Amino acid sequence: MTIDELTTQTGEWLRGDGPYADIVISSRVRLARNISGYPFLTKATDEDRKQVFRLLSDCISDVDLGENSLLVDIDAVQDIDRQVLVERHLISRQHAESEGTRGVVVSGGERRALMINEEDHLRIQVLRSGLQLSALFDEVNQLDDAVEEHVEYAFDRRLGYLTACPTNVGTGIRVSVMLHLPALKMTNQIEQMFRAVKDMKLAIRGLHGEGTDAIGDFFQVSNQITLGRAEDEIVDDFGTRIIPRLVEFETAARNTLLKERSNLLDDKIWRAYGTLENARALSSDETLYLLSHLRMGVNMGRCPKIDLATVNEMFIHTQPAHLQKLSGRRLGGEERSVARAEYLRDTLESRN
Amino acid sequence: MQMLCQRCNKAQATVHLLDIIPPDGDKRERHLCERCAAEEGLTAQKNESVNTILDSFIKQSAGTQKVANISCPDCGTTFREFRSQGLLGCPSDYEVFGDSLQSLIERVHDGATHHVGKTPARLGGEPSQHATLAKLRRQMQEAIQQEDYELAAKLRDDMNEHESK
Repeated sequence: MTIDELTTQTGEWLRGDGPYADIVISSRVRLARNISGYPFLTKATDEDRKQVFRLLSDCISDVDLGENSLLVDIDAVQDIDRQVLVERHLISRQHAESEGTRGVVVSGGERRALMINEEDHLRIQVLRSGLQLSALFDEVNQLDDAVEEHVEYAFDRRLGYLTACPTNVGTGIRVSVMLHLPALKMTNQIEQMFRAVKDMKLAIRGLHGEGTDAIGDFFQVSNQITLGRAEDEIVDDFGTRIIPRLVEFETAARNTLLKERSNLLDDKIWRAYGTLENARALSSDETLYLLSHLRMGVNMGRCPKIDLATVNEMFIHTQPAHLQKLSGRRLGGEERSVARAEYLRDTLESRN
Repeated sequence: MQMLCQRCNKAQATVHLLDIIPPDGDKRERHLCERCAAEEGLTAQKNESVNTILDSFIKQSAGTQKVANISCPDCGTTFREFRSQGLLGCPSDYEVFGDSLQSLIERVHDGATHHVGKTPARLGGEPSQHATLAKLRRQMQEAIQQEDYELAAKLRDDMNEHESK
């Protein structure tokens, strides 16, 4: 498999199936690990980085990751390829933009991504569409066991897995769920939701994780506490308590809109459709905003002309790096807006 | 219950305050929206992330020069360096930076001091005594919440048994 082949696919996290898929876009669990005997990356020499990279990429290739796995030497590939990986949520922005020997192993139809030499030596990440946290935890746990057969992790009896940033120490686990909450936004209840989430000591971020804004009603909720609570406790809390409650909150808002303001709701959805079908230039922010309304319409059965898979495909393919890959050339800002609008018009026309 | 903000009369009031005014202790209720409350400095700034807590915490409480100059014999990272970038240099730092780091960890992790959860197979893979007790305590609290007192009593006995080991 190559990055170019990835580009044309939709990607696991946008398949649009799994429990609560109308509101929960994707679930993710990642573990942060470091190899004992090496400094963390802030103090690692070039040689240390190379050794860790070699050690981990060898050991990951020994671990059964199934067919079609892809090892990317991030330092060696072009900027646009790094960007494609970020847009597909396979690596962090930080991993794309930093320097030195680093990589990622992608496998399982993009359900697994193991980042080497990011903030920690190894970050094992698994990803699925909808709310599927306990299955994800089993999967990441098995991968972790398999890697651990080959390397010795930095671990302390009292503090647990030792990480470069003390905010991850202990289990090193981060559970995150990507939510689509347009009705809470439309009914002005999003601030209340933020407050509830923060009261539960959780972090809430935008579409692309740390340091990004929430555009188009997409929010990522994740745990912040990694010490003093067991992995299964954190996962269970998310999967059976926190997220179902947030989903309920959004569902109630959608029902209120249907009952009390269905004209307004339909207007938003069909305006979005009309713009996507006709515009001649669209920025990526505006596209996200419009696709968010369209997605809501599709999930609420108000927009039978189109299916969720197509909406998801439009999400992924209208991002800057994907757009350039698909059109086969570099595009400046304005050219991108034009190419984006053209792609959207063609896609909607072909599905009608 | 929907209520409009008393300050801007536009957004929904989500911050509810009860002022007690001296000297007579008269009470005054106020209902504000998120934005007006923030403008009056009544709520925490939004988007306060762990990193900002970390920043402010490291800046105020770990301030003394002596602590700032502690450096790790393995990787050479000083506490000052950690303070400015938020990242440690090697696993030994956790020990070297001792109490200063420890109090920060406790604050970030809601008071926790011990790892509860997975242990590498090379160390036996068994959860520690602390972890087992923490798990039993949590299950007991859940049983009490669900008013299953029989189960709660059994879990309490299990805890006692573990503690006496």
